[in-house]
Amino acid sequence: MRLIVQAEPFDLGAESVGFAAGAAGAGAVVTFTGIVRDNGGALAAMEIEHYPGMTERAIAAIMDQAAARWTLVDALVIHRYGRLAGGEMIMMVATASAHRADAFAAAEFLMDYLKSRAPFWKKELGAEGESWVAAKDEDEAALRRWQRV
Amino acid sequence: MKVEVVYFAWVRERIGLPRERVTTEAETVAGLIAELVAREDRYAMAFADLTSLRVALDQELADFDAPLAGVREVAFFPPMTGG
Repeated sequence: MRLIVQAEPFDLGAESVGFAAGAAGAGAVVTFTGIVRDNGGALAAMEIEHYPGMTERAIAAIMDQAAARWTLVDALVIHRYGRLAGGEMIMMVATASAHRADAFAAAEFLMDYLKSRAPFWKKELGAEGESWVAAKDEDEAALRRWQRV
Repeated sequence: MKVEVVYFAWVRERIGLPRERVTTEAETVAGLIAELVAREDRYAMAFADLTSLRVALDQELADFDAPLAGVREVAFFPPMTGG
């Protein structure tokens, strides 16, 4: 399993191909990519703040939970911080498993937990000023469904 | 005891600094918040609504009634918005 927290852009193609090539014995690879929405041109930039140290610990713990819950050959999380423009890739998740059900479920689980349990905070900068993105109730609801299962 | 207190996102903006070393007599997170709020208005503003705040002790999420004994770093921040 690999976890990268960085300011720099990442190469989605190279990361995806490298991940799939390294996942020996896997029959399925799922990747998810998060992209900065430009809100129809209203967004000038997004500023992502994080808590160095806790970020890595929290994501590693989430990845450990996914590995304990599903049979995964491998998993990868890349998450950026700093100033990003609309259309830029913020993060990616990749999971590999023998069959697709585990890879899909684990990828969705990782996304749901990264959303509200990894210490990142997004601020939108636009023509009309700046505002912190508020956490949504449905993000917490998304976590509860994993706790029920 | 002395603890390192760190702030993120709008909590950092309201208080006006990213981190500070605090000498505290508090036994719990809630006690530390009460001491900070008594200091100055900017702290009172930042801690006005605890339902919109989260706390981590030595980089692990915790509750407001958690004890501070042995803790080196306390972090206050709004609900996280990763992904």
